[in-house]
Amino acid sequence: MTSPTNTPPREKEHFLPYPFTETQPPPELITQGAEALLYRTHFLTPSTPAALKARPSKPYRHPTLDARLTKQRVLAEARVLVKLSALASDPANEVKVPAVLSLEWDASRKVKGLTGEQRGARGTPGGGAWLLMEWIDGKSVKDLLREWDLWLKEPGSTVPADEVEAQEEAVKKLLRRIGRAVGAMHSKGAVVHGDLTSSNIMLRPPTNTSVQNGSAAMTDNENAKTERKLAVPPNLDGEIVLIDFGLATQSVQDEDRAVDLYVLERAFGSTHPRQEAWFDAEVLQSQDGYRGSFKGSNIVLKRLEDVRMRGRKKSMIG
Amino acid sequence: MIAIGLEGSANKLGVGVILQPSKGGPAQILSNIRDTYVSPPGEGFLPKDTAKHHRAHVARLVKQALTQAGVRIQDVDCICYTKGPGMGAPLQSVAVAARTLSILWNKPLVGVNHCVGHIEMGREITGAANPVVLYVSGGNTQVIAYSTQRYRIFGEALDIAVGNCLDRFARTLNISNDPAPGYNIEQLAKKGRVLVDLPYAVKGMDCSFSGILAQVDELAGQMKAGTLKDPSTGDAVTPEDLCFSLQETVFAMLVEITERAMAHVGSKQVLIVGGVGCNERLQDMMGTMARDRGGSVYATDERFCIDNGIMIAHAGLLAYRTGFETPLEESTCTQRFRTDDVHVAWRED
Repeated sequence: MTSPTNTPPREKEHFLPYPFTETQPPPELITQGAEALLYRTHFLTPSTPAALKARPSKPYRHPTLDARLTKQRVLAEARVLVKLSALASDPANEVKVPAVLSLEWDASRKVKGLTGEQRGARGTPGGGAWLLMEWIDGKSVKDLLREWDLWLKEPGSTVPADEVEAQEEAVKKLLRRIGRAVGAMHSKGAVVHGDLTSSNIMLRPPTNTSVQNGSAAMTDNENAKTERKLAVPPNLDGEIVLIDFGLATQSVQDEDRAVDLYVLERAFGSTHPRQEAWFDAEVLQSQDGYRGSFKGSNIVLKRLEDVRMRGRKKSMIG
Repeated sequence: MIAIGLEGSANKLGVGVILQPSKGGPAQILSNIRDTYVSPPGEGFLPKDTAKHHRAHVARLVKQALTQAGVRIQDVDCICYTKGPGMGAPLQSVAVAARTLSILWNKPLVGVNHCVGHIEMGREITGAANPVVLYVSGGNTQVIAYSTQRYRIFGEALDIAVGNCLDRFARTLNISNDPAPGYNIEQLAKKGRVLVDLPYAVKGMDCSFSGILAQVDELAGQMKAGTLKDPSTGDAVTPEDLCFSLQETVFAMLVEITERAMAHVGSKQVLIVGGVGCNERLQDMMGTMARDRGGSVYATDERFCIDNGIMIAHAGLLAYRTGFETPLEESTCTQRFRTDDVHVAWRED
């Protein structure tokens, strides 16, 4: 009855391109996303942490198509990051992104001074690509909101109503700041992200002291705390940093911006049912959110209404 | 408990009888038969002709299904029918048939969401507990994951469905619609070698197919005029190459959005349902992706991938067992019925 496609997962080493195979200590795999593997490594000196986004070639795709898409995407991502990083000199800048350190669009292409072995040459184009970026400390909004949900549901500890209200206000404030950051990216950056989700929005804790060396240990600590449920709500202060511009494009079209918001709205609704009801009012409509973030936001939000209606099989009333 | 299911949201008319043991355990398929309305090459199926086909055959199929199942009318607990989504006229003709049976036999009606029918049948057949579901057919393209008693849509086609894109390209090439246009494209694609450049339209977890169809139609025109050449060899591009390129491109998009949804919800299982899910190249690509993530893909064969009555009976009976019924005066059907509108009362997690 069932197709015999249930083979056990094969043990495989994760894609790590040269020269990072030589890095000491070796890069540490942080997560495997859909498109890429994220490693934590360092840049030039071990005290400068860096994020390595390695895009392996996708064996399910036709090699020609794969090479084309991989190159297009890693270059587009780097261009967008460089463009947005250039805004950082503006003191009023509200959109932060990781800085680009270096990249390679085809790890198996012929480069002077590299042996075939180092390139991992396989006779076909498309050995994968990589992008080295500034390391962002902190947690994703997805994790923070999940922690917040856990804190709220924590059995045995009845949270006083005014405390809940204060914390709800903190979440709403965070949502408004997200709206602002997305607005700044759209207007000042002239960039649409293409894959806005709560896991692609980071919150970088305020850095008073240089904690870079201790940050790994700190993260471990925090993880331990999360596991034994939360007695205190997560801290929602810090700088919003947008990450993962793998599907980003440079565009000022209202349509593209509206679709960007729609993607975020849908991903948010399906990931955070508890906070879904606040999304429209805080992220989008608030004067401290998207609506108030730039002059043309009204037109984009109007367009968003059209985009929402466009999903297939929508119930049409009236 | 036993339910009979009537499906007719597109050009397939299906009737199935299912038995779900009240003590639990796997459901038994007592009968599952189908009659497909096939339109001539170069044409799609029109709603009025399809509805006519369904009206002409529904009584015969119901009788045949009951005989094959070996159940008496008094053994049937409820009559399940497709409430939507789908084409209006075929849906209506099947809904009328279901109402008639309900009054005739004095049995309760259960209106079923077609997409949920596919998902539940896929889960039952493959045993996938909580997969990310890719539902791909002539009318639907959705990436779905379960959360808090809803099947939530993570990604979907923004314009035409992927099956519609394939079917319409089959019309452009004048390929036969028997047994299905998509099947014939798949056979041609197996002989294709050249990959022509087509647009690749993924936006987050959504995708779009109309631009690709327009482009490949344009290329087909050039091919017929004999002006389309493979840029690297200079050989003429064949219909097989175009089918191959179209499949490679749209399936890569589908696998990509599915992978993104899997990464997002942290699931390692994929279930493919819907008519396009029969395509072995798609199953193959999905399998490669899933294995790379340390997961696995679940797919069913044409008996359950292609629209059928048994899935409607199965999903309807699941709902009926939680106390859900559709009163006769509310037994309408609708062309637009979102997957996430259904309250999945039968799942607890």
